[in-house]
Amino acid sequence: MTSLIWLVIAIPLVIAVVLHFFGRFLGEPLAGWLASLAVGAAFVVGLLAALPFFAGEAAAETIHLWDWMPAIGANLEIQWDQLSAVMVLVVTGVGTLIHVFSIGYLHGDERFHRLFVYLNLFIASMLTLVLAGNYAMLFLGWELVGFCSYLLVGFWFVRPTAAAAAKKAFVVNRIGDVGFTIGLMLVFTSFGTLSFSGIFERAPEVLTTGMATAIGLLLLAGAVGKSAQIPLYVWLPDAMEGPTPVSALIHAATMVTAGVYLIARSAAIFELAPAASLTVAIIGTATAIWAATIALAQRDIKKVLAYSTVSQLGYMFLAVGSTAYVAGIFHLMTHAFFKALLFLGAGSVIHAMSDEQDMHKMGGLFKKMPITAITMGIATLAIAGIPPLAGFWSKDEILGSVFERGGVFSILFVIALITSLLTAFYMARQWVLVFLGEPRWDEGVSPHESPGVMTIPLVALAILSFLGGLVNTPFMTSFEHFLEPVFEGLSLQHPPEGLTMFVVLAGLSVLAAVAGGGVAYLSYRRPQASWEKFEDGFEPLWGTWEEAYRVDDVYGAAIVAPGKRLSEWAAFEFDLPIVDGAVNGVARLFAGVGEKMRPLQSGYVRNYSALLLAGTVVVVVWLLAVGA
Amino acid sequence: MLTAIILVPVVGALFVALVPANRKELHLPLGIALSIMPLAIAGYLFWVFAPEPGFQFAVDVPWYEPWGLSWSLGIDGISMPMVVLTAILVPIALGASGSISVRTKEFIVYTLLLEAGMFGAFMARDLFLFFVFFEVILVPMYFIIGIWGGERRVYASMKFFIYTAFGSALLLAAIIGLAAMHTSEFGAPSFALADLATVSMSGGTEKWFFAAFALAFAIKVPLFPLHTWLPDAHVEAPTAGSILLAGVLLKLGTYGLMRFNLSLFPQASVDAVDVLGILAVIGIIYGAVVAIVQPDLKKLVAYTSVSHLGFIVLGTFALTSGSLQGAVIQNVNHGLTTGALFLLVGLLYERRHTKKISDFGGLQKVTPIFAGFFLFMIFASIGLPGLNGFVGEFLILIGSYATVPVLAIVAAFGVLLAAVYFLWAYERVFTGEPDREENRAMKDLSIKEIGLLAPLAILVLVLGLYPNVLLDKIAPSTEATLDHVEAATGYVTPAPGRLADVFVVGEAGE
Repeated sequence: MTSLIWLVIAIPLVIAVVLHFFGRFLGEPLAGWLASLAVGAAFVVGLLAALPFFAGEAAAETIHLWDWMPAIGANLEIQWDQLSAVMVLVVTGVGTLIHVFSIGYLHGDERFHRLFVYLNLFIASMLTLVLAGNYAMLFLGWELVGFCSYLLVGFWFVRPTAAAAAKKAFVVNRIGDVGFTIGLMLVFTSFGTLSFSGIFERAPEVLTTGMATAIGLLLLAGAVGKSAQIPLYVWLPDAMEGPTPVSALIHAATMVTAGVYLIARSAAIFELAPAASLTVAIIGTATAIWAATIALAQRDIKKVLAYSTVSQLGYMFLAVGSTAYVAGIFHLMTHAFFKALLFLGAGSVIHAMSDEQDMHKMGGLFKKMPITAITMGIATLAIAGIPPLAGFWSKDEILGSVFERGGVFSILFVIALITSLLTAFYMARQWVLVFLGEPRWDEGVSPHESPGVMTIPLVALAILSFLGGLVNTPFMTSFEHFLEPVFEGLSLQHPPEGLTMFVVLAGLSVLAAVAGGGVAYLSYRRPQASWEKFEDGFEPLWGTWEEAYRVDDVYGAAIVAPGKRLSEWAAFEFDLPIVDGAVNGVARLFAGVGEKMRPLQSGYVRNYSALLLAGTVVVVVWLLAVGA
Repeated sequence: MLTAIILVPVVGALFVALVPANRKELHLPLGIALSIMPLAIAGYLFWVFAPEPGFQFAVDVPWYEPWGLSWSLGIDGISMPMVVLTAILVPIALGASGSISVRTKEFIVYTLLLEAGMFGAFMARDLFLFFVFFEVILVPMYFIIGIWGGERRVYASMKFFIYTAFGSALLLAAIIGLAAMHTSEFGAPSFALADLATVSMSGGTEKWFFAAFALAFAIKVPLFPLHTWLPDAHVEAPTAGSILLAGVLLKLGTYGLMRFNLSLFPQASVDAVDVLGILAVIGIIYGAVVAIVQPDLKKLVAYTSVSHLGFIVLGTFALTSGSLQGAVIQNVNHGLTTGALFLLVGLLYERRHTKKISDFGGLQKVTPIFAGFFLFMIFASIGLPGLNGFVGEFLILIGSYATVPVLAIVAAFGVLLAAVYFLWAYERVFTGEPDREENRAMKDLSIKEIGLLAPLAILVLVLGLYPNVLLDKIAPSTEATLDHVEAATGYVTPAPGRLADVFVVGEAGE
């Protein structure tokens, strides 16, 4: 089965091509089912190929597909190990559920089949990214998911905001990619290849600390773009312009975690660069709390989740930056479950509320849509870190590992703990605002529970969000055990040993969650006037958070506007008058001289060139004649 | 075989010239049919071409022995891709010329002569012969812009002609000078590339010769700051002219630098890495920055050429295996994608009689297939992996770092700017609600137009995913070029610049 692992990329890719040309004829809902089936089939293939890993008997393999750019040691080759297996299963598993959900969500859209073309192309690209056996192929997947994101964020391109958001997402990502590319230059120059198998084993003997740090920081630049960390996170909230299942798949569960994957995959390099790792952890922590504060005050149901995703990705960065790679990947997985669920639930709500996204205009939806309410409730508890749900175990493992690391990391631990409290607050606030209290709906809105094609994926994800954390508890570390071979020989950060420490740390984090969630519940359970007063009590902070610290305005004034002015200056005040002006000046000079000799010449260039052509022909003919 | 591929369009041009001028309906189909024949020959050449160094299909007919001239042709891994590219683009350019309504016969004749000239220039192994073709090309292109161009066509064509003819004059002087030096050293004149490469000269002399050649080619590329003829020529040229200008003619510059400067003046080439590299990188960034705010879509695409061709010059003078392979394949890539983009802009102009970005908006809703092809081609140009542009640029960037690290780092920002100028342009032309009546009434691509674009799109994809169809055949020649430079100068490419330095991974699991 391992030798057929390329099928997981090929199946969705082929179906994407088929749907591109024939999807229109398949129409709704068949195109959607075919696409879902493709991702489901990829999941099955991935599962079968991963079976030997579960049995603990197989070793990592590199499968060569074909030569791509051999001059820089970059071919298309698949790295099949436990880490890529986890990523494949998460991507295709969650991906299948989201595909099915989309069939219901996109019902009636005139470009129904088009969405599934893009979604399947995305899945194939994401799998290329996680299965890559070298950095060039990883970059192939990395850029292709960005391209799919561009297509999907701009899916409703008629809306100018959607088109602008799509462009912004791609361009901001490219800023990080410049760093990534430069990092790859250094990798190639150091190792003479971009292939993982030629890099990681030789890293300790090849890289100096300085070089490893440089490479680490440059890879981090790429990761910061893709995974929406400070300072490049600004594209992700805007990306919510895409259809909600897209947000669930790309901007929550899979693509945005690619940066975490990249760092975990490059663990052997970061092992040699503690300063780079520390930077990863600091950026992650800063992003976690920064985005969490913004999430507190958002009114748009999707914006809360967007900033929450940025914040949770910060947790994952903190984990991999603390060399707790397994904890990072573990949280990546559980987050994929509960955040996909939250987005799909939000989609279900938006669907029911006739495209309303403002939570101030919701409320009291529990009775109208109980399945959505309960499943989202489970996800809310999971992300808040309430045991025994999935988020509790993974977040706790991160907190524990950071705590155990000590030193500077103790500060990061405290910040992460506070973030935990904020997370519980904004999530509880969202759930209560949407589902409890008195209805604040606009007139004419009559909410209803979504159809089965949408609720069944919700239920499936709810089960995963509930139980998914049990694969790795302090009492049974099977996930950790599973991933260990990937990080063999590297120093892997673990949480502290022993039940007492576990209880103390878990107690702290649960306390934070309960405190944050409790305050939110008690505040927002009350009538609107009351919680509006509560929010006003935090002014001017609350307004600052609601406006997301106005970072977009700052970037606009500091980077975009001056950039445009520079470009205009170069084009209209330098290139035209000066560079071209010099050329024309020289021409005029000659023309002036020529004017005096005008009687000798006709002055028509076309006459000269015709003469030139004739002359050339004569010379050629003459030479041919002489030569022969 | 190589003589045939030059003669077919010439004979074809004569044949078209005999068709009565009033049988307009015959001219274009005939021209397209005639341009398919060289394409068939080029396809055969590509197929049979062996992945080995040195010239293949060589033809050597002495011409005028007292001067050492010969009709000497041949293709190697550097020129073969250019011949194939030319053969592909000419039928497409003709196919895109349905809107040419005046003097159609002459138009076809000039285009076919242009094709013959381009073939000759890429295949010549005799410098005088090269120069003849290099000049011959100017004339039909001058007429194509000057007769069938836009409003300022006279200004643009004159500028194009005089600017490049100035470079040619220097080139001719240098070529004759080289032949003269050959005479004084070996007792007989020769214009053969292989002979002239053996001429011994002092470092100072070599520098002057190098400079003359480089200047002539730099104008053609065009390299900053010699680029200002290009936007004017492109904006005024008819669609076919733009396709061939960007697709093929500019490549005469990059091709010339690689073919003649590297092999004739290796020491000067090694010494010029910094100067030409810096100009190339300025071009990459400057061309992109200037492109961002261009109000005219065609001018925008023209400035992107300044940026993209900078990558090729950088790759050429970075002198590593990866960067040279990248430079050669990027010649082809840029020809395909920019050719396609000029074709698309031309089709847009035919429909709306404007190229101003602000006149458009919301076209994706009205013309989704058009938008799809446009988006595909700009992403190829932006360097999306999986499409062709990435392969060339990535090879150049990664490959150049070993020799010119700082320049490679700066050049990497060009890739970011490409996303800015193209995606912003796309946003303004294609997204949003189509709020103008003329835009709402625009027709999507016809089957015929799709037929012109689809072959380019397929090639873009094939070269993106399986560039080895070309790289395999390019590599031996670029390696030979590097070997030649190293042997002639004692220069050693820093590791891991050569293929031998590349760490080969055991193909486990196969």
